[in-house]
Amino acid sequence: MANDAPRCFQDVILTLQTYWAEQGCAILQPYDTEVGAGTLHPATTLRALGSKPWRAAYVQPSRRPKDGRYGENPNRLQHYYQFQVILKPNPPNLQDLYLQSLVRIGIDPLLHDIRFVEDDWENPTVGAWGLGWEVWCDGMEVSQYTYFQQVGGLDVRPVSGELTYGLERLAMYVFGVDRVYDLPFNDPASATPLTYGDIFLENEKQQSRFNFELSDAEQNLRWFTDAEATAKRLLEAGAVLPAFDYTLKASHLFNLLDARGVVSPTERQSFIARVRDLAKGCASAWAESQNA
Amino acid sequence: MPELFIELFSEEIPARMQKRAEEDLDKLIHEKLGARGLKWTVSTTFSSPRRLGVCIADLPAKAADINEEKKGPRVGAPDQAIQGFLRSAGLASIDQAQVVEDKKGAFYVARIERAGAATSAIVQEVLPEIIRQFPWPKSMRSQSSDLQWVRPLHNICCVFDGREVKIDVVGVGSEAATWGHRFHAPAKIAVKSFEQWDRDLRAAKVIPFGGNRKDYIVEASKKACAERGLEWVEDPGLLEEVAGLCEWPQIIFGDMDPAFLDLPAEVIRLSMRTHQKYFAVRDPKTKKLAPHFIAFANVQAKDGGKAIAAGNRRVLSARLNDARFFWETDKKTPLFTEERKEKLKKIVFHQKLGSVWDKVERVKALAVELCAVTGADKEQVIRAADLCKMDLVTETVGEFPELQGRIGRELASLIRPTGEVTSKGASAVSEHDSVAVAVEDHYRPLGPNDRVPTDKVAVTLALADKLDTLAAFWSIDERPTGSSDAYGLRRAALGVVRVLLAGNERASLNKTLLGALRPFTTDDGEVMRLRNFLREFLFERLKVQLRDSGKRHDLLDAVLKGQDDDLVRIVARVEALDAVLKTEDGANLLAGYKRAANILAAEEKKGKWSAGEARGQVDAAKLAEPAEKALHEALGKALPAARAAVEREDFAAAMKALSSLRAPVDAFFEKVLVNDSQEQLRRNRLLLLTRLVEATSAVADFSKIEG
Repeated sequence: MANDAPRCFQDVILTLQTYWAEQGCAILQPYDTEVGAGTLHPATTLRALGSKPWRAAYVQPSRRPKDGRYGENPNRLQHYYQFQVILKPNPPNLQDLYLQSLVRIGIDPLLHDIRFVEDDWENPTVGAWGLGWEVWCDGMEVSQYTYFQQVGGLDVRPVSGELTYGLERLAMYVFGVDRVYDLPFNDPASATPLTYGDIFLENEKQQSRFNFELSDAEQNLRWFTDAEATAKRLLEAGAVLPAFDYTLKASHLFNLLDARGVVSPTERQSFIARVRDLAKGCASAWAESQNA
Repeated sequence: MPELFIELFSEEIPARMQKRAEEDLDKLIHEKLGARGLKWTVSTTFSSPRRLGVCIADLPAKAADINEEKKGPRVGAPDQAIQGFLRSAGLASIDQAQVVEDKKGAFYVARIERAGAATSAIVQEVLPEIIRQFPWPKSMRSQSSDLQWVRPLHNICCVFDGREVKIDVVGVGSEAATWGHRFHAPAKIAVKSFEQWDRDLRAAKVIPFGGNRKDYIVEASKKACAERGLEWVEDPGLLEEVAGLCEWPQIIFGDMDPAFLDLPAEVIRLSMRTHQKYFAVRDPKTKKLAPHFIAFANVQAKDGGKAIAAGNRRVLSARLNDARFFWETDKKTPLFTEERKEKLKKIVFHQKLGSVWDKVERVKALAVELCAVTGADKEQVIRAADLCKMDLVTETVGEFPELQGRIGRELASLIRPTGEVTSKGASAVSEHDSVAVAVEDHYRPLGPNDRVPTDKVAVTLALADKLDTLAAFWSIDERPTGSSDAYGLRRAALGVVRVLLAGNERASLNKTLLGALRPFTTDDGEVMRLRNFLREFLFERLKVQLRDSGKRHDLLDAVLKGQDDDLVRIVARVEALDAVLKTEDGANLLAGYKRAANILAAEEKKGKWSAGEARGQVDAAKLAEPAEKALHEALGKALPAARAAVEREDFAAAMKALSSLRAPVDAFFEKVLVNDSQEQLRRNRLLLLTRLVEATSAVADFSKIEG
């Protein structure tokens, strides 16, 4: 199927997986904890640290409770997919490799306007930053392209190249669809054609209601405190990966609290700082174990 | 003379950094090559997203030979001295030195002759240093390399006199080659000279000079607009950025749904500018936005740009749909609502300074006091204060923070039903125009080039907002330092100065600052201390403002001596002083003053004159010379005249009164000996000089004036 242009959402995913597998990436499956972005998968956040080479690609469902719109906004979702690629060290021809992946999806760079526009990436909750670009196709951001410089407050050596494709947006562009729920999910010519809306519209409605109206702020605050304490205990016990799981849980609980509007701007800073401390603890413990 | 060509080929350099990088490269090349004895006259720099470089047209093939003489110790000096000399002169034995005789005897001289290094060798040494030290605002490492560059650096092309010069930087290639447009002409191109490089790159669809790309963008935009009877909205900042985002700019003239033109024009322009880098287009007659946009693609598309135009149109529509959703939501309620007020109470202005709403309350109280100065309507000022921060919690400002104030004004100007029904039907009103204007303009001036508010209500609120900010941060000891001014306090102070001067607002700074500081401390001593600091801070800004408008800042020091705290009056004094000093009478009077002050200071230093004696009266009966009698008489007239003029704030008249002293002062110094042996005469003359100094100080402290 290498040269067939994708016809539906899942074709985009399959094409990217095949392409990056050809580049020697391990094709992983999504991490099974709620995360706000594909970067937070330990395959990126932790593997970016230490000196061992690493290449992986995976789809990661991402949850951003605050972005829920009850299924009414044509582009905003509280649950969406990112396609994440990490290559350590970054190959010198990473830009070309990335552009080739766009060609595979059906974006011809002599028909469309592809641009690398400065955008320095930063994720304060995990103390990570890098330099790179947002990649534009005809004025629309289709990917984030970053050379990691620090993770968990630590310098990364060697540097990893990280690519994040916003899958829904990219697919909407490729298929000329203006409303995400109208995206063909599987082959529209198949016996049971399914749209993105068939699969996710109800989820957006119910989860938005949960995020904004039904989630229990007091309980989530308690759980946040518990997750934080557990992550600290696990770190002290030298169990970095479980500790990282609990850091991710704390981060998601904070996002839920934030969506409920119960976090004042000042508290917000302190919540972020608490998650960052956990992430930094995990990062330095992991880096030590990798370089030992 | 041979030519040196350098091109640093990398991944996409941020648009905002390219121009500065050219300047930095030029500066470093000058420093480093200059230090190695190379000289030239013509250098040209260039930059684009993927390249940065320089060409020097006339560089010598090698650096100048070094030919110098080094004087050594005398013949027969201790061995230690001889050895030291050999080491410093680089000689193997003393036989290589010459012996020279002078009056004091024979001594050694070393003649050092060193051939200048080949230019290509110098470049090989210096260019890696330049690359490693390059001052990018932000830089990164790539792969396993330690090199810091703005984005991964792929090739260093260095050609001197038509020949490749290999440059050794770990992890970076060095070939006499370049590459053309990323998609149109990705093949490698050999580089032999600047001229050939330029020609081949243009054939490979790259315009390597930012200036050329800008010219092209301006020309193409104007032409496209002219063809359609429209007008291009110029935007120098955006032009710079767009030119830094492409190597082969291609115009895309796009359309937008005219229905979007209902949105506030600023919302449309910002959506286009910040998010999409599009230029706006307007109707030349109405000056209103037209339903089009101009974008520049980096590719000459196979279909003539149709797909690109369609794609950009869709992206803009999605953006404007979002913006419209926010704007429609905001429009549903009046600007002032209790709900928004509650939200403002939750936004922290600063951890130690309470909420934004707390600030609004303080600003309101201060603005009401300032009405006495500005003559603004108190009710309108109170209303404007209540409204001025409301838009911070609107959806539109949440999405476009740059529009704070602007959106508030738009919302305040909307006509809404009052809920009352009169005989003519349901009544509907907007906020008073002055109130709506003040909501936007109280932030002004936003910088040295921004306009100042003119409406009285806006002036009052602008002053109150800035003075409150200054007082607030001073009270918690947050002041600007040399390098940082995180809260924009210098800008706020300059704003106060400009608003007061532009509106001719006669405020006593002392009183106004006390009013601003009152909410923050009740300790009288502390209030006075902070007030004095703040007053000096404002004076500093005034000085900068005067300097920037071409006035002499030393004149400000001269007039500030007199405890004046009304900026309008202070500036009038400076201007009057400046005018009189430019006349011959004024300049001579200043010279006379300096002479008088020097004599008095010298006598005081010798212990022959004291402050007590200076308080004495001139004994008119003992005046001997005609010149001193004339000066006495002139002072008797000038001093009261100057004081009276100052009293009625006619500084020009005060200066004129003073400058009438010029002739008698000149005559006095010419004809009269101050230090006469007769004590009575001497004392009288010193008193005359004292009166002269006093007379000038009625207007300014002449001792602060330079020259």
